[in-house]
Amino acid sequence: MIAFLASVGVVFLAFLEATGRLVLFAGRALAAGFAPPFYPRLILRQIVYMGYYSLPVVGLTALFTGMVLALQSYTGFARFNAEGAVATVVVLSVTRELGPVIAGLMVAGRVGAAMAAEIGTMRVTEQIDALTTLSTDPMRYLVLPRLLAGLVTLPVLVLVADIIGVFGGFLVGTYKLNFNPANYLTQTEQYLETMDVVSGLVKAAVFGFLVALMGCYHGYHSRGGAEGVGQATTYAVVSASILILLFNYFLTQAFFA
Amino acid sequence: MIGATPVPKIAVRGVEKSFGEKRVLDGIDIACGAGESLVVIGGSGTGKSVLVKCILGLMRPEAGSIRIDGVETVGIGRAARAALMRRFGMLFQGSALFDSLSVWENVAFGLTQGRGMPRQEAREIAFEKLASVGLGPEVGALAPAELSGGMQKRVALARAIAAEPEILFFDEPTTGLDPIMADVINDLIIDRVRGLGATAISITHDMASARKIADRIAMLYRGRIIWQGPTSEIDCSNNPYVDQFVNGRAEGPITMEVRAA
Repeated sequence: MIAFLASVGVVFLAFLEATGRLVLFAGRALAAGFAPPFYPRLILRQIVYMGYYSLPVVGLTALFTGMVLALQSYTGFARFNAEGAVATVVVLSVTRELGPVIAGLMVAGRVGAAMAAEIGTMRVTEQIDALTTLSTDPMRYLVLPRLLAGLVTLPVLVLVADIIGVFGGFLVGTYKLNFNPANYLTQTEQYLETMDVVSGLVKAAVFGFLVALMGCYHGYHSRGGAEGVGQATTYAVVSASILILLFNYFLTQAFFA
Repeated sequence: MIGATPVPKIAVRGVEKSFGEKRVLDGIDIACGAGESLVVIGGSGTGKSVLVKCILGLMRPEAGSIRIDGVETVGIGRAARAALMRRFGMLFQGSALFDSLSVWENVAFGLTQGRGMPRQEAREIAFEKLASVGLGPEVGALAPAELSGGMQKRVALARAIAAEPEILFFDEPTTGLDPIMADVINDLIIDRVRGLGATAISITHDMASARKIADRIAMLYRGRIIWQGPTSEIDCSNNPYVDQFVNGRAEGPITMEVRAA
């Protein structure tokens, strides 16, 4: 029994230690933003990379999610003659939940992994040490621009994903399920509240920050050559995905419970 | 007449550094005078790079003192460390050039980012430094990945000297190069260090390089400096460890840990 408790204690302490390290890492990076030099060009470059180049994958995912949602809710609601709620269900599900979560997961796979690989390679090839010897703070130069880009970019991506997702539902609703287009749009707009969209955008900002933080943190602490960089990439994607789902629950509770 | 003993440019006293159970530096004592070129030799994994990273402040030793011009540097604040870094230049073992930047941007990096110099002015200095290591202006626009190993080392050397530092560190400057290119790099190091009047600490296990660039050599073994003296005395050190290393013999007091798979 004591051995079991000891092993649980070891795991718990390791969890606390890892959490502490992560919070300190994020704190150091954000604190670096309060003193010059600032790197607006680097932030802009990260925004373009994270946002513009993620648009196709996020847009496509949102489109099919909206389409499937319309189809599924129609077949489900038809059992109790509630087909009229399809448009409302699609728009609420997409703006509140599926838009931010799916965009967050897609960006974690595409951008979080790339960040971990890039920074991890810089770590194992001593490029991060070289930055320090050239009087440049790696936190300010490498980490902070990515964190800020994540914070700013994902809400914009999610806004686009929301529109595309709702449009996907509209396409299926009007062309396959034979809804009247005007009625579908009215239904979409009728029950949608500002808070539905805003909560999704706040979630997106948090998810974007988490994706960038995990990518940077695991890349920054990678060790041992190519294998270490590979591990960092895996950890970045897995931890960002888990945190997105975890924070999604708590944020949903905070907004709507 | 009794003259005051000059303060060494770099003085390392009792420095200890461990990684887990493994003690890599076990009370290092070493000093380097102003304008001197000190080379630390030793086998792979003996802690040479760790020693240099401790002096640079990239790693923090668990015990001991590291003084630059008599001023303690262990545990100094971020601003003081940043100021100190401006006095250093470093050539990394694998060159550590930034993949995302062109060659000239790499060379100018410490000037533009570290010192806030205007880009155009830094560009001119970068091309001047590239020329000083024998690279033409056409190389400036290339990406580091397009260069050979020898050219990358030259670019890394140009980057290290771009801001004209007082103290230069060279980590295995000739590793992975053919003997002719290694000698070219050695000549460039001597030329640039003398040209700047800088103090240099190099670490290597290439004895040809050590003999050529060092004023003084120190040997690191099992976390301690076991011998140090002028380069001319390396062959008559009367130290069996140094003799074995310098002559590259498998037999001797230094035993390699070889384990069967």
